[in-house]
Amino acid sequence: MASNNRNLGFEFFKGFFKENPVLVQLLGLCSVLAVSNTVVNSISMGIAVLFVLFFSSFVIGLVKDLIPSEVRIPAFIVVIATFVTIADLFLKAKFPDISKALGPYIPLIVVNCIILGRQEAFTKKNKLLPSIMDALGMSAGYLIAILLMGIIREILGFGSILGFRIFGSSFKPILVMILPPGAFLTLAMLIGFMNFITRKE
Amino acid sequence: MVRPLIIFIAAAITNNFILTYFLGLCPFLGVSAKVSSAIGMGFAATFVMTMTAIITNVVDHLILRPLHLDFLQMIVFIFVIAVLVQFVEMVIKKASPSLYKALGIFLPLITTNCIVLGLALLGAMRNYNLIENTFFGFGAGVGFTIALLLISGIREELEVRDVPKALKGAPITLLIAGLMAFAFMGFSGIITLQ
Repeated sequence: MASNNRNLGFEFFKGFFKENPVLVQLLGLCSVLAVSNTVVNSISMGIAVLFVLFFSSFVIGLVKDLIPSEVRIPAFIVVIATFVTIADLFLKAKFPDISKALGPYIPLIVVNCIILGRQEAFTKKNKLLPSIMDALGMSAGYLIAILLMGIIREILGFGSILGFRIFGSSFKPILVMILPPGAFLTLAMLIGFMNFITRKE
Repeated sequence: MVRPLIIFIAAAITNNFILTYFLGLCPFLGVSAKVSSAIGMGFAATFVMTMTAIITNVVDHLILRPLHLDFLQMIVFIFVIAVLVQFVEMVIKKASPSLYKALGIFLPLITTNCIVLGLALLGAMRNYNLIENTFFGFGAGVGFTIALLLISGIREELEVRDVPKALKGAPITLLIAGLMAFAFMGFSGIITLQ
């Protein structure tokens, strides 16, 4: 039982750092680059991914034995698309501003490699509970990565966090950090930093 | 006739799909190491994207909207794209084996690519009509090819350069993409749309 618990803990925490889906596995980069210009957008996107990944892993973990393996990918996509549609419609109804800011990137979670990748690489061959832990850990890793991007870009690009100005009035924001080039540069530096740390170990 | 042309240029250059919308980054990081494979991928993607733009627009305007099934848009688009790519693959295989050899391995990769679905969704979001959407899809494909070609040329040079160890591979490609995005921002004044 003890080893079982340790395994569950491992499945949960591996997504944070060692197998971080964004910074180590380089999956799902589109949305990480596109909507990380402010902290609020980053958090919303992270939660949307968490919602979709958790429920897809849960449902697919429940029904995976019923699906013939030849048609599993279309079946997985239908499950994922259902939860993405739920998330998309929910945001549109309750948080129209955020929905507008995230634009097509919420529907695009469907083709996000992280979600389908986890189903193929993990949920397919593991039991329900480890799959859920894996899904939670991976989405937490995604949230950490996109939040880091959001914090760096909002501080440098707007001089604020969550809309609160943190520098004096003499601070001149580096506008380019909230534009596309800033996204590429920030992510490149984060991945480079990650490589630098893990190489030393 | 001017508007479709503007849409074309916007999709290809000023709002380049890779460099401003960040769509299609997987092949950008994966296939961009060699110029020859970049050309193959670019042509295959341009072809699929133009076809996708036409067909999703027709499906959207003739089936989904009259029946008020907008909420199924995403799922329907995914299936249309998957079927389309399969179909294109079969047709090319029969009609031109040499073309199939050149594009074949890239076609399945494109199905699950966010750039194709992103194109369909963006076109639907902006309410483009059939002609505008066709130019939009074609322009997006051309822009994708341009960005892929440029980066593959640079990456072939980088093979022999001394890159810091931690930045090898993906980080240096992203850095270059960042600099390219800077350069493409310079075009942003030439046309205005929306």
